[in-house]
Formats: sequence, structure tokens, C-alpha cells
Amino acid sequence: MNPALKNSLLFGFVGLLIIGTGMVQGWNSALLIVNMGLISAIMALGVNLQWGFAGLFNIGIMGFVALGGLATVVVAMPPVGEAWSAGGLRVILGLMMGAGTVIAAVFAQKRLKGRRRTLVTIAILIVGFFIFRAVFDGGVNAIEAVNPASTGYLGGLNFGAQMRAPSDLPQPDLFILLSWPVGGLFAAGAAWIIGKTALGLRSDYLAIATLGIAEIIIAVMKNEDWLARGVKNVIGLPRPVPYEVTLQQDPSFVERAAGLGLDPVTASTLYTKLGYAVLFTIVLLILLWLAQKALNSPWGRMMRAIRDNEVAAEAMGKDVTARHLQIFILGSAICGIAGAMMTTLDGQLTPGTYQPLRFTFLIWVMVIVGGSGNNFGAVLGGFLVWWLWVEVEPIGLGLMNLLSSGLEDGSALKLGMIESAAHMRLLTMGVVLLLVLRFSPRGLIPER
Amino acid sequence: MDFLNALVALANFVIVPGLAYGAQLAIGALGVTLIYGILRFSNFAHGDTMAFGTAMTIKFTGLLLALGITFGPLPTALLALPFGIAATCLLVLFIDWLVYQFYRDQKASPVILVIVSMGVMFVMNGVVRFAIGVQDIRFADGERFIITARDFKTMTGLDEGLAIKTTQAITVVVAVVVVALLFWFLNKTRTGKSMRAFSDNEDLALLSGINPDKVVKVTWILVAALATTAGVLYGLDKSFKAFTYFQLLLPIFASAIVGGLGSPLGAIAGGFVIAFSEVTITYAWKKVLVYLMPSNLEPDALVQLLSTDYKFAVSFAILIVVLLFKPTGLFKGQSV
Repeated sequence: MNPALKNSLLFGFVGLLIIGTGMVQGWNSALLIVNMGLISAIMALGVNLQWGFAGLFNIGIMGFVALGGLATVVVAMPPVGEAWSAGGLRVILGLMMGAGTVIAAVFAQKRLKGRRRTLVTIAILIVGFFIFRAVFDGGVNAIEAVNPASTGYLGGLNFGAQMRAPSDLPQPDLFILLSWPVGGLFAAGAAWIIGKTALGLRSDYLAIATLGIAEIIIAVMKNEDWLARGVKNVIGLPRPVPYEVTLQQDPSFVERAAGLGLDPVTASTLYTKLGYAVLFTIVLLILLWLAQKALNSPWGRMMRAIRDNEVAAEAMGKDVTARHLQIFILGSAICGIAGAMMTTLDGQLTPGTYQPLRFTFLIWVMVIVGGSGNNFGAVLGGFLVWWLWVEVEPIGLGLMNLLSSGLEDGSALKLGMIESAAHMRLLTMGVVLLLVLRFSPRGLIPER
Repeated sequence: MDFLNALVALANFVIVPGLAYGAQLAIGALGVTLIYGILRFSNFAHGDTMAFGTAMTIKFTGLLLALGITFGPLPTALLALPFGIAATCLLVLFIDWLVYQFYRDQKASPVILVIVSMGVMFVMNGVVRFAIGVQDIRFADGERFIITARDFKTMTGLDEGLAIKTTQAITVVVAVVVVALLFWFLNKTRTGKSMRAFSDNEDLALLSGINPDKVVKVTWILVAALATTAGVLYGLDKSFKAFTYFQLLLPIFASAIVGGLGSPLGAIAGGFVIAFSEVTITYAWKKVLVYLMPSNLEPDALVQLLSTDYKFAVSFAILIVVLLFKPTGLFKGQSV
């Protein structure tokens, strides 16, 4: 079977899976899987760029995804004027002092020598830390005191949201689309700092370093309430697509829905989800096209050369560290974009829900299963593994019901079996990953 | 008097919890470091191995309690620990035979083994959830305190109390015993010496007739014992929750790397370095400073350097500093 046919069949198979879900569980569930599948595919593209192209072992994806989510709040929420006047400037001043301290310490490290270097650096860090806390804490307390039940944070930069006349029905706000590239920028900025410090490390040190940084990013987002309300969550983010309630009130929409034989409620939910799907598909196609271009360009060949033999590439005059930094930033930025898209789809930022198993290791399963080094493989893996992640529970439940159908109702074994279906997900993911690594280590669509 | 009060407050809130936590991290890090030294990869499934061992120990504890067996004032879990270790040994040996052996025979690169261990992590995480669920479980029984804060106050007449939990004392005692046994095994027995030889130079070790299969098996057994012990001690001291154990991976790796991956001595030192930095940096120093500072300089704020939620950040920051300035760790570990 030639590769093109095989790949088409694989994509067709995933399509059938999703269509089957639509027939069995309803089209809303199917579209939900499609939307999250699109986002997962984008994340997998980012990881594939780092791992498949360059062999960088980054398991801090969760952190970049969360930073993308933060961008939606910073961009698309209306600013809280009261909080800004209460402590906005003081917080910014504090942050600048913190950054200044770090820069001064780095400067001291570079310029001074011997014991003086250590002493001066430590002195700068300690003094700087206390000045930073003195300025910063006051501002934070002032901001968090502003109406803590509903705001208590600085809000975002969506000045337009306040000026628009309030209407009874929520209207879509395309401004939030701006947060997608901004999310990419946030993630890229973080990746630059991380890459500067950690990229020289060996592969498994880099892995642990990125794992740790992701945890820190989540910790910051959970605790710095002035930034995005922490675990109090930001809800009611604007949406780029029409709201269901608005559509249901629209006579022409109701009429068209009736023409298709749908009731207005179902039609409006489908319409909204389709809107997201179209937006996400556009982003995925653009990124996929760019990634394919990159893969087949001299730059992509150079990356693979570096991956396969760093020493030889260095001998050919390639700056390995700089190239690694470059691709680390690019891959992380893609994850940031996907993170912003996901938060947009959810309509809320909930820092408490970011977990490494779901947002880091699952993406890795997607890349490995799909085929590392192949962009189409990453996309396929994103859809397939996401479908599995969602559907394992219902399938497991059905299986357990079938297996235990011979047992009498209410027996402990039967209850245990049915209850255990809820824990099938992680087990299945692990088994799939191990099977692919063992029997098809290059993935479903191998690198060419 | 003030100075004594400050000292007792420090001991109560920093030194005692730090010692216990440090001992738990050290035993966990020993497992990571052994795998790294002998099997040559970073085992991401270690946190879940700890969780599995603890879950099994909890199951056996329940069984013992149902049979009416307790350990007097000590937690029954200590009696169940050998059974938990045995169950974990069986599981890791089975996983090694089913999964890791294939890649060892292929001489796969360490990074592939790390990814494989990610798969094992998922599976073990699922197995633990099957076995015991996701809820918070407290399984410490027996006496809660060796000495309570109130008793200490009446005994010494100081304003500050010093409370020592039974579990904290047990943790430290068990850790000392475990570490002594491990070092005796590695330094004095034939198998232990062959393990160290294998870790230092695999080819030379093979040449001198050391059986690699045996070395690998013994390593896994030791790792299972260490992971289960660390997990049970942590669970006795705090509580058992599968997800928390997964999160322990980060401080444990930090301990192992800070001490020097592959160096058992380093793992212990690293465990205490990480534990004490976490505790001191996230502790509100007001309580101690109140006694030491002249009254007009007494701090009004909590004098907490970072909020407790940032404890991961602390272990991680130390990790980065060590990696940048001394990549082999405090005690010269391997850097492959």
C-alpha cells in the first residue's frame, strides 16, 4: 500500500470514528470532539516541531498552554478601572523592580570575578527581593481588595467592551481572536527565558526543568489573584461566535433551522460549535502549511541534521544552541496559541484544572502515536488520541456492563467493575503509548 | 528565655517537619538515583511506584486490622509495609520483564526509556486508581503524638510548645535504618559491589563476569522497597492521595539531581537540602522573630518569603541553580 493511500485511510478512519460518535451520541458530542481535536492537533504540531524536528524533550507543555489561556484574559476582558487606580501602577513598578534586580544580578555575574562576584550577586538578590516585595505587595493588596467577589484583578485590555451599548442579548466580540497570537507571544517569551537557561542541559535534565517550570507557571496563575483572579477563575470571556441565546431569539435563524428540520435549541448549539470549528480549522491549516514548509525547507533539513548528529552539524558551522532556542520558542508559541484557543472555547480561565497528565503527557502520547517528525502524523495523533480520551469511558462502561451482565445486580464485583470504568482513561493511554513504542516506534504515519 | 522560645518555635515549625519531609524525599530520591545509576534513565513512573506501594500497604493494613492485629502505639501500616513492598516488587519486576527488558536488549537511548517510563507512569496511575480510587486516605493509627505542644509547655515552662508526631519520629528512625541497610548492602555484600561496578563501568563489569540480569533484578527490588517505604512514610505523615504522589516526582527529582544523579549519598543530602529550603522559604518567620527582635522592631507582617503554594518553585529554583553552576550535583554524580 503506498503511503498516501494509507494516510488517507487513517484520516478517513478517524473521520468515521467521529461520524460514528455523532450517530450514537449526538452531533453536539461529535462537534465537541472535533473542536478539542483541532486544538489538540495544534498542540501536537508544536510538540512535534520540538521533538520530531529537533529532538528537544519538552514536558512543560502545560505551562505554555496555560500562558496562552492567560492571554485571553489579559486581552479580552474589560479593564477594571478602579483596580488600576488602586494599585495598578504600584504593581507594575514592583514588577519592574523585580526584573531590574534579576538583570542587575545577571550583570554582576558577568562583570565581576571570584568571591566578590558571589557576594555582590547574593547581596543584590536579597536587597532586591525585599524592595520588590515591599513595593509589590502593597499594590497587590490594594487591587485584590477591589470588589473581590467579582473582580479583584486588573482585568484585561478590551476597552471596547465597556463602550459598547449594553444590550439584552450577548453579542460576539471578535476582539478575543487577538488573544490567540498574543497567547503565542506570551508562550514564546516564557520559552525564551527558559531556553536561555535550560537548553544547554542534557535531554532528561531539560525534561525535568521544563516539568518544573510548567508547575511554577500554574502556581503563579493560581496564586497571583491580581493577574487573573487565581483559583477564583475568570468566567464570561467574550466569544468570537454568536451566542446560542441570541440565535434562538433571531426569527430568521429559527426559520432556517425549521427548514432543516431542527429545533432552534439544537440548531443554535450546533451553529455555535461549527463556528468554532471553522475558526480552529483555519488556524490549524495555516500552522500545518507553515510547518510543512519549514520541514521541507533547508532550515528543516538543518534541524533534522542537528537532531541526528549534533557534533557533525556543529562541525559544519551550525550554531546548535541558537537553532535549538529558535525551535523551542516556535514550538512553545504554537502551544500557547492552542492554549488561548482552548480557553476561548471554554469561555473561562480555570487555573486549577491544568494537570500535567492531561496537558503535557497526553500531548506526548498524541505525537508518539501519530508519528514524531511528521506533521500529518501529529495532526492524526491529536484527533485519534483525543477521540480515545473522550470515548474510553463510555466504551469502558459499556464493556463492563456487557462483561458483568451475567452477574447478579448489586453484587460487589459488578459494582466494582462498573465503577472501575471511570479510571480506564489513564490506563488506556499508557497501554496505547507502550504498544506503539514497542511495535510501531515510528508512529502511525512515520517520518519520511 | 526569649532565645529558648525562639529556638523551640524554630524546632517546632521548621526543623522537625523539615527533617521528616527531608527523610521522605531522601528515600524517594535514592530510588530514582539507583535506577539512573544502573538502568541509566530517569524514571518518571517513580512517583506512581510510590503510590502503588502505598496503596498496597493500605490494603494490607486494612486486612491486618480486620484480623484484629495492630502494632500497639505504632501505626499498623508498619506491619503491613513488608507485604506492600513484596507486592510492589512483583509489579516492578513484571513491568521490567514486559516492558523495559526489550529496550535494554535493543540498547535504546536513554530518552526513549524516559518516554517508555511515561507510558508506565500512565498505566501505574490507572492501576492505582483501580485499586484504591482517587480520594484522600488517612491510614495512620496508634498514638498520634510522642509529645504534644501542651505537655512540652508544662514540662519546660516555655511559652512555645514543641510537638513531635509519632509519624515524624518513625520517619526519621526508619530512614536511618533504611539508609544504613542500603549502604551496608551496596558496600559490603557481593551483589551490592557488583551493582556499583555495573554502575561505574558496564562493559568492565560484564567482562569480569557480573550477571547483568541479576543486577537489574536486584535494583528493581531495592527500588520497589525504597519507593514503598518513602510512600508509606509520606502517607503516614500527611495523607495518601494518588495525585499528590505523582506531584512528588518534582521535589524527588530535584533532590536526586541536586545531590548528583547516580550518587546515593547525594540523594540523601539533596533530599534534606530541598526539604529545608522549601520549609524555610515558605515559613512565616514572624513567630520566631518576635522573640529575637527588640520589641520596637517586631515585624507586623508574617515575614514569609513566599507563600506556601510556591514550594515547588523553591525546589525547582534550587535545581536550576545547581544545574547551571554545578551540573554534576553536590556529590559528583554521573553526567552522561
